[in-house]
Amino acid sequence: MEAAFPPSGESALLARSPLARLPDRLLKYGLSVLAALILALIVFFFIRLVGEARPAFAKTGVFGFAFDNNWTPSAGHFGALPLVVGTLITATLALVIGVPVAVAAALYATELCPRRLRSPLTILVELLAAVPSVVYGLWGIVFLAPKLQGSEQWVADRLSFVPFIGGGLVTIPNYFIAGLVLAIMILPIVSAISREVMSTVPLDQKEASLGLGATRWEMIRMAVIPYCRSGIVGGAMLGLGRAIGETIAVTILIGDAPKLGEQLFGQGYSLAAVIANEFGEAQGVHRSALFAAGLVLFVLTLLVNGVARGLVVRSARKTGQSSGAGSTGATALVAGAAGGA
Amino acid sequence: MSAQAPTGELVARFGVSPARRRKDRIARGTILVATIVALIPLVLIVYYLLKKGLGAWSSDFFTTDPTGNTFFKSSSIGGVKSAILGTIEMVALASAIAVPIGVAVAVWLVEYGKSSWFAHTVRFFVDVLTGVPSIVFGLFIYIVLIVGTGSSFAGYKGSLALSLLMLPVVIRSAEVILLLVPAGLRESALALGAPRWKVIFTIVLPTALPGMVTGVLLAVARAAGETAPLLFTAASTKNSSYDLGGFMNSLPVQIYSDVNSPTTSVVNRAWGAALTLVVLILLLNLIARLISRRSRLA
Amino acid sequence: MTPPRSPTKVAGVDPEASPELTRRASEPAMRTPILGEREASEPPAAGQAAGLQVRLEGLRAFYGSSEELKGIDLEFHANEVTAIIGPSGCGKSTMIRCINRMHEEIPGARAEGRVLLDELDVYDPSVDVVAVRRAIGMVFQKPNPFPTMTIFDNVAAGLRLTSRRRGDLHAKVEAALRSAGLWDEVADRLEEPGAGLSGGQQQRLCIARSLAVDPEVILMDEPCSALDPIATLKIEELIAELKRRVTIVIVTHNMQQAARVADRTAFMLDGALVEVGPTREIFTKPGDPRTEEYVTGKFG
Repeated sequence: MEAAFPPSGESALLARSPLARLPDRLLKYGLSVLAALILALIVFFFIRLVGEARPAFAKTGVFGFAFDNNWTPSAGHFGALPLVVGTLITATLALVIGVPVAVAAALYATELCPRRLRSPLTILVELLAAVPSVVYGLWGIVFLAPKLQGSEQWVADRLSFVPFIGGGLVTIPNYFIAGLVLAIMILPIVSAISREVMSTVPLDQKEASLGLGATRWEMIRMAVIPYCRSGIVGGAMLGLGRAIGETIAVTILIGDAPKLGEQLFGQGYSLAAVIANEFGEAQGVHRSALFAAGLVLFVLTLLVNGVARGLVVRSARKTGQSSGAGSTGATALVAGAAGGA
Repeated sequence: MSAQAPTGELVARFGVSPARRRKDRIARGTILVATIVALIPLVLIVYYLLKKGLGAWSSDFFTTDPTGNTFFKSSSIGGVKSAILGTIEMVALASAIAVPIGVAVAVWLVEYGKSSWFAHTVRFFVDVLTGVPSIVFGLFIYIVLIVGTGSSFAGYKGSLALSLLMLPVVIRSAEVILLLVPAGLRESALALGAPRWKVIFTIVLPTALPGMVTGVLLAVARAAGETAPLLFTAASTKNSSYDLGGFMNSLPVQIYSDVNSPTTSVVNRAWGAALTLVVLILLLNLIARLISRRSRLA
Repeated sequence: MTPPRSPTKVAGVDPEASPELTRRASEPAMRTPILGEREASEPPAAGQAAGLQVRLEGLRAFYGSSEELKGIDLEFHANEVTAIIGPSGCGKSTMIRCINRMHEEIPGARAEGRVLLDELDVYDPSVDVVAVRRAIGMVFQKPNPFPTMTIFDNVAAGLRLTSRRRGDLHAKVEAALRSAGLWDEVADRLEEPGAGLSGGQQQRLCIARSLAVDPEVILMDEPCSALDPIATLKIEELIAELKRRVTIVIVTHNMQQAARVADRTAFMLDGALVEVGPTREIFTKPGDPRTEEYVTGKFG
């Protein structure tokens, strides 16, 4: 365009010299290159991770790796099923225990508690997020696990007829303790996302139900929960992603026994824990198998987080018409909800 | 059926049944109980941290390195000087890497990328990074900088793993804050004939600064508490070190290695280190909150 | 049964806690049943109800420390439409939100005085706020159907709170939709989301939703302000129909609308009632010069 219209006297006055335009261009392209580099870095990492995991997959096959129930590095057996199952058991426990409590705390803070209590309550729940996971592990193994061992044994004895839950000897580190501490660890993030989504429920929706003569609980059921359902589910999924990827606390609390979960109060292993524990002295195929475990973990969290993010963003978009801040708030929270260890 | 309908009829028609009232009360009670349950672990953790941690604190605790001597009661097991030092050094370097890059990418997203397909791709990948377990970042760095170069662990490698972890948090929080800078502010400066880069550096960034500091501090706080990415990138040594090119101790790794010790005094050292770490992180959180309260945006 | 004459003070300091408070206050009492103390029995079939009169006595309302209503005495006759007019911020909305105690849902808001629904003070400590809102329905400024519910579910929402028998649910929903003049338009798409309707239809859906629980009084807070003229006309026709069944109080910004729909009109200014009378009188020969200035368009 500029070439087609040679500058006349007037437009020359308006034109900026190429030199003056240089910083703008530099900044624009420099920043674009930086952004592109980050993409390249992630892709590069992923490819390298697959490359490092290949020897293990070559030995056992991808399916053999994921579904064989035999993790004995010393004998050269790398079937990661006990690890995958351990990861799923602890993460599910965390979800089952943590999410109802987190959602209830969010409901209490947004709909039920006196206004003066709202902000202190929020800060207190979020303080849980400031505690590093290694401290949770320390607290869990030194304080919580020994304290609960008696009650766990009691439950195991009483329910001895229930497979998986009952019977057997309760060990101090076990699936249940790991899941319980994970539940505490995902509580703040699930609660924060739920609260964020609940605060976007328009006042007129709540008034509509109250105006029909709904009690407060009926208002929550009629106006609040249906409106936030996908956001809450998304928050729970983000919590699940965290629980799956959590390393150190689980490593300390799960007992590091590579056997398929025989009982709830017995020792087990998880994908992340095996890496943290065995990487130091692993060599050759063993190390490659640990990279493969990392890859499985990576893909697992990717899937869970993808679904979760979709749900939270959809929920934020749905409610976005009434509050623009809601969607950015939810996105920011999603950003803050990284997997810890 | 006139305007003089007796009151009794109103009651019959509109009264709230005891069953509904009971349900309401039970539901609210359950929610309250669950909220209290949510706070119990916090109380317990804080209580134990203070009780055990303060017991382990002494002047020696901060000024001596851990000795690893756990066999003789008479000899000292040392403090956590090297761990504190290592955490501060590595987190500082990680911040020095992640913050400028993160803010730059956020500026690009808001000022240039906007809603182009490329910007959406970048956002997507940043979100992917957010969900990656921190131990996987450790693996990444291990593959590239340790397998790749054939060299050994080093503090700066730990820093790089931590900076990868911080990056998505910094980018996303900075982006949210930059989006809050009123468009009118940018436009009025552009209308004065200022070039875009000048507008960014003199108007947009200074306005967004306090808000961005909050996000950055939260990212730093997170990195400071991470153990897993350091296990096979930087760790570990017992000695104090100022050389980011060599092995480096850190508070989380020190706690992790002390947890399973059979010696009570070593476990107590872990509590002391844990209290130190939590105080450090809470300080960062507190500063972040104070600054965000002063921010003119949001 | 006549409640005590002395004005009842309502503790509305904390809106979250107040429903709890009123409820708790009612528990130990073993007195004549008042609204909210007895098991709901069989409600009469839709369409049988007749409206009840509402009387405000010395009604004062506050937001924090600012007084929004400065002692209002006003009577809404049964089965009539009363319009409330007045400039923005004069307390019209606050007043009608006090009638079904929605006012106290706003943090820091409280009310004093009495609101008598056929001699029953809705602010009496023994009265359950939930029951009040069931007897006195409300239609809001912006149509607010529940976005996650179908058209049918929206209308049934209030019924489902109490009715244990599903059988006549459909009949009641149909009756309510017919009363709201919406049946013919939605009969074949009851399972579609309520949010898919046009603005005017949504507002009639909201009217159907409040009619379905068979209230005695319906409060309308500028129900047409978000609608186009044709949708507005439909709602106005509907109001004329509905007054046979319920007492209607409508807040409006639009004086023509007041003139078209209301039997009586009340003019408010600065949180106080200036005058109330037959609509024709208010618009042709008002008793107060301020009313005249307002209705002739000198201010507001």
